Amino acid sequence: MTRVNGFLIGVWEFVVGDDWRSALGVVLALALTALLAGTISDWWVMPLAVLGLLALSTRRAARGASRRR
Amino acid sequence: MSGAEIGLALSVFLACAVEAVEALTIVLAVGTTRGWSSAMSGVAAATLALAGIVAALGPALTSLPIDVLRVAVGGLLLIFGLQWLRKAILRAAGLKAKHDEIETFREQSEAARAAGARPSGFDGYAFTISFKGVLLEGLEVAFIVLTFGANQHRVPLAAAAAGLAVLLVVAAGAAARAPLAKVPENTMKFAVGVMLSSFGMFWGAEGAGASWPGNDAALLVIVPGVLLAAIGIVWALGRASDPVSDDQATPAEVSGQTTVSA
Repeated sequence: MTRVNGFLIGVWEFVVGDDWRSALGVVLALALTALLAGTISDWWVMPLAVLGLLALSTRRAARGASRRR
Repeated sequence: MSGAEIGLALSVFLACAVEAVEALTIVLAVGTTRGWSSAMSGVAAATLALAGIVAALGPALTSLPIDVLRVAVGGLLLIFGLQWLRKAILRAAGLKAKHDEIETFREQSEAARAAGARPSGFDGYAFTISFKGVLLEGLEVAFIVLTFGANQHRVPLAAAAAGLAVLLVVAAGAAARAPLAKVPENTMKFAVGVMLSSFGMFWGAEGAGASWPGNDAALLVIVPGVLLAAIGIVWALGRASDPVSDDQATPAEVSGQTTVSA
């Protein structure tokens, strides 16, 4: 592994961590917000996305923790 | 100070304090086992490296156009905040082991003793372990200082809040001469996760072109809303599963009724 690869993997692990689905969900929610920008209801996407992502992420992790017991 | 600036200072202070407690445990273990001179050299080198990162990247970030900065910083803070919050929720629900400073201190001390005899001069082991411990714990804080600070063009305020947290933790550690096991680490991490997620959501949406009802006042609804949602998830997870053991965090810890003790 080159140093560049190692650095990039380190950055990925530092920022994204062990749940890439949540990171992808944040990016998609921001993109949808940008698409809706300027309409009357452009702000609600992020709160809904955050609640959904948090619930799904913790549910996945909780199931993983239960299986490991 | 505005509400957003208070949120900035509070978030950075809490994040830095909790990471400093963890770094202090490592440095204490190495210092008491191997000697303080090389351990403190490692601390100084890591602190300089972290200050260099903030000093170099801070001006670069603040020079970005505000909308680009907000959507990038908001997105990163939100991704980062969701990680902190998820882990804090799992700990509070008893599904993930809490950070145990006494156990970490014992493990680090044993590893330091097993690393061989102490040299009479510079101790490379003590330097490296202290350097890595402070640098790795500090990187998360540097990231939060940079993103929070740059977005509001208040990097110095964020750095001051971080510095104050470090000073308080070091002073408490020096007074106790032991790991700060009574610090409610998970409650603090829970609070940081809520703040990072809330501000990340707010700035990210603004940067993407959305307008919040009430502008900055929307944060007065967003922060409690995220907190309530997180507490609700802890409650739901706690009902759905049995805690691992009695010494795990409970939902009550989130509301500050108990403190994490190692």
